[in-house]
Amino acid sequence: MSEKEVKNLEEIFEARIARDEKIEPKDWMPEKYRKTHIRQISQHAHSEIVGMLPEGNWISRAPSLRRKVALLAKVQDEAGHGLYLYSACETLGISRNELYEQLHSGKAKYSSIFNYPTVTWADMGAIGWLVDGAAIINQVPLCSTSYGPYARAMVRVCKEESFHQRQGFEIMLKLANGTPEQKEMAQDALNRWWWPSLMMLGPTDAESVHTEQSMKWKLKRKTNDELRQQFIDQTVPQADLLGLTIPDPDLKWNEETGHYDFGNINWDEFWQVVKGHGPCNKERMNARVGAWKRGAWVRDAAMAYAEKKEARKKVSKAS
Amino acid sequence: MSDKKNWPLWEIFVRSKNGLEHRHFGSLHASDAEMALENARDVYTRRSEGVSIWVVESSHITASNPEHNGELFEPAADKVYRHPTFYDLPDEVKHM
Repeated sequence: MSEKEVKNLEEIFEARIARDEKIEPKDWMPEKYRKTHIRQISQHAHSEIVGMLPEGNWISRAPSLRRKVALLAKVQDEAGHGLYLYSACETLGISRNELYEQLHSGKAKYSSIFNYPTVTWADMGAIGWLVDGAAIINQVPLCSTSYGPYARAMVRVCKEESFHQRQGFEIMLKLANGTPEQKEMAQDALNRWWWPSLMMLGPTDAESVHTEQSMKWKLKRKTNDELRQQFIDQTVPQADLLGLTIPDPDLKWNEETGHYDFGNINWDEFWQVVKGHGPCNKERMNARVGAWKRGAWVRDAAMAYAEKKEARKKVSKAS
Repeated sequence: MSDKKNWPLWEIFVRSKNGLEHRHFGSLHASDAEMALENARDVYTRRSEGVSIWVVESSHITASNPEHNGELFEPAADKVYRHPTFYDLPDEVKHM
């Protein structure tokens, strides 16, 4: 294709997106659109998969059967969400194995929040309430993103996600209204998860290299700073309801802007964790790669069995 | 990584209730059709979203090429006489 032809196709493509038309897998798309989507959708899928690990830690130690079945169902949903997203990503012409390879080799990233440890049961509450809360704010606008398979996967994810946040909030509520020790445990979890949850919504607009292009492709419909403000405005009253204190002395309602002002985020910490130096980066990857390796014989056996069955069918048909 | 063959990709169609058609829900990997059905149940119907599942190996699907949409679909564009509004009827004919 000549340069002029590509330019022409690009113009038609941008116009389609501007008209809010969806792009489907077999449609022509600029290479950069394909690459950007593979990066974002796979990061999102990897986050779901790695996100199972910090919570999986507490399934066997949940304080009651009710909590245990809920946590199990939530972790199972996360596996499901990862699978919806991987299959959406594969429609862009990358194989599942390549995607796993990128995760396992460290080439692909996942959400930095999952590199923090889950040290008490209250962390299950804080993760559901704050981490899933932030994720929902990030994900709802994606239901109308321009790439059809991604948008459809996000509709399913968002529908299922609201139970996740509610189960987390319920855990916090129970602890906050419990014994002084339980309330302290809830406060401690909030103290540890608050700032990472704010960071999870991504670097500030001034630092974010992808925002402008992503906004144009509707891969992003609000900037990181807008999403973060929305999250804070929505979460502060919930913390009040719990009777817990958000660990930010600068947090203050601003009558003029109609939003909460908040303190400085420690972006050095964020970049350290992104670069692999968070408290649990190594542990998470070891767990993930180990599970994948230990499962290899099962995958191979299933394939061998399928091939044997297929061969038998052919023989019985021939005779 | 194993040098064995990877599990193929399957397209999943789910009928959400009787009276409705099967609709494409997404895809997944499985070693054979039976496993594809079982995995589809866990991945796509965790909340009673279906009463029936079809699985089709993705490589068996032949799809039209959107680049040829012109020659494929345009012939229908100028056949307005296929639509009821093409026909002029007096207002007295109320429902037809």
